[in-house]
Amino acid sequence: MKKSDFTILVADDDPDYLFQTVFNLNKAGYKTVTAESQAEAEAVIAKFRPDLAIFDLMMESDDSGFILCYKIRRKYPDVPVILATAVSRETGMTFSLDSEKEKSWIRADKYLEKGIRPEQLDQEIMILLKL
Amino acid sequence: MAVLKVLVIDDEPGIRSGVTRILKDFHVTYPFMDEDYTFESIEAPTGEDGITIIERDKPDVILLDNKLPGIQGVEVLEYIREKKYDIVVAMITSYASLDVAIKATRDGATDFIPKPFTPQELKSSIENITKQLYLKRITRKLTQEGKQIRYQFLSVLSHELKAPLNALEGYLRMMQNKEAGDRIDDYANHIDRSLQRIQGMRNLIMDLLDFTKIRLEKKEGRIIKVNLAEVASGAIFAVRPYAIQREVSINLDIKSETIIMADPADMEIIFNNLISNAVKYNKVGGRVDITIDTTGSEAVIIVADTGIGIKKSDTENLFTEFVRIKNEKTKDISGSGLGLSIVRKVVELYFGTIQVDSTPDIGTVFTVRIPKKSVNIN
Repeated sequence: MKKSDFTILVADDDPDYLFQTVFNLNKAGYKTVTAESQAEAEAVIAKFRPDLAIFDLMMESDDSGFILCYKIRRKYPDVPVILATAVSRETGMTFSLDSEKEKSWIRADKYLEKGIRPEQLDQEIMILLKL
Repeated sequence: MAVLKVLVIDDEPGIRSGVTRILKDFHVTYPFMDEDYTFESIEAPTGEDGITIIERDKPDVILLDNKLPGIQGVEVLEYIREKKYDIVVAMITSYASLDVAIKATRDGATDFIPKPFTPQELKSSIENITKQLYLKRITRKLTQEGKQIRYQFLSVLSHELKAPLNALEGYLRMMQNKEAGDRIDDYANHIDRSLQRIQGMRNLIMDLLDFTKIRLEKKEGRIIKVNLAEVASGAIFAVRPYAIQREVSINLDIKSETIIMADPADMEIIFNNLISNAVKYNKVGGRVDITIDTTGSEAVIIVADTGIGIKKSDTENLFTEFVRIKNEKTKDISGSGLGLSIVRKVVELYFGTIQVDSTPDIGTVFTVRIPKKSVNIN
């Protein structure tokens, strides 16, 4: 399997982040489908099974990303999910998925702080897609 | 591992020993709790014994039968409420006296457990009680430390501040790597978007400064007579270039000269925010009508626009910090999400009110009422 065989769903309400992420993913070789809100992402999931999903945490509500993780898990249990957010560690909000406890309720495969380099994101995706 | 003391007040020995047996090896765990909870039970056959134990052992949870030989369960409940003890009480009750239990929940009982109960029923009740107890204590702790609001505020603030930085960083990296081509023109969109994000961040920082300003309670010496017409004119002047760009006309109607005792900077915050919103969320070619009037002892400021309007369901959170109404019509409009929360804070500082009436696609009317002499001048 090559990267162009995989379609990644990216959901983010920040148009710039969405544009850049999609640009970088396409450049790396993946196909992409985008959603600008939790509602749009839910509509996409209802009709289409992506090979991997990247969700922003805060969209319409503060926990949109968590809700999307939960919903995609229910419909497609084997689709890997990355939760991305700009929420900083300084405020004490960390979801590192390090402990079993966090894994059990966050339901994402990977938690990433926004601002990671494109190559790094590609690396994480390759691991999750077993490429 | 934390241990919660559970006091069982029931005259039936079978119930007491049953609870003790069921809770012996039971533990409750939740993802958001720091630790697991286990339970230590204490038994009391009467309400009087129960009260003695409450004073001595300070239990966390009480399972309380209502029908007791001496004082009744509701009286024990009353005692706990008067003493303001931090104890969660669940009534144990037969199905026949469910109404008593329901009444008890109004008097401060958290839950009721109908008897006879199975071990599983007791466990799930205890699980709920533990969760409530935990949340109650955490909430109180946070509130006491004044941290809760600050925490939410900071986490959202850091999100709002970091998002534009991430966007800028992304665009700069794309330019650095010449992702879109070799010519500077290939990056016109990237540069444009970066500048917009910078402007957004600047606005947020300005709003934050306003936000901290109104939190400073000390107002002495800055309260003077303010003519609202002058403040409005200043605000209109400031927003005019933007209004011209958007072809929005601004009209000021002074129904009566309105002088208010206030800090002029506060009044500027009100007018600047309301008028710039009215322009920003307007249609091209729309209008903004500002009316200033005095009714009785109140100054009334009305800012009406012919803009995109707000759905009824969205007006509820409109004045909450960092809440921005997100839909197709607003997605290209930038804002800090602080403006209206600042306006509300200022208005409330002067014991005033702010009200919004809106019809989607027709327009929005903000009405501010402020008592003219609300501020005590020393």
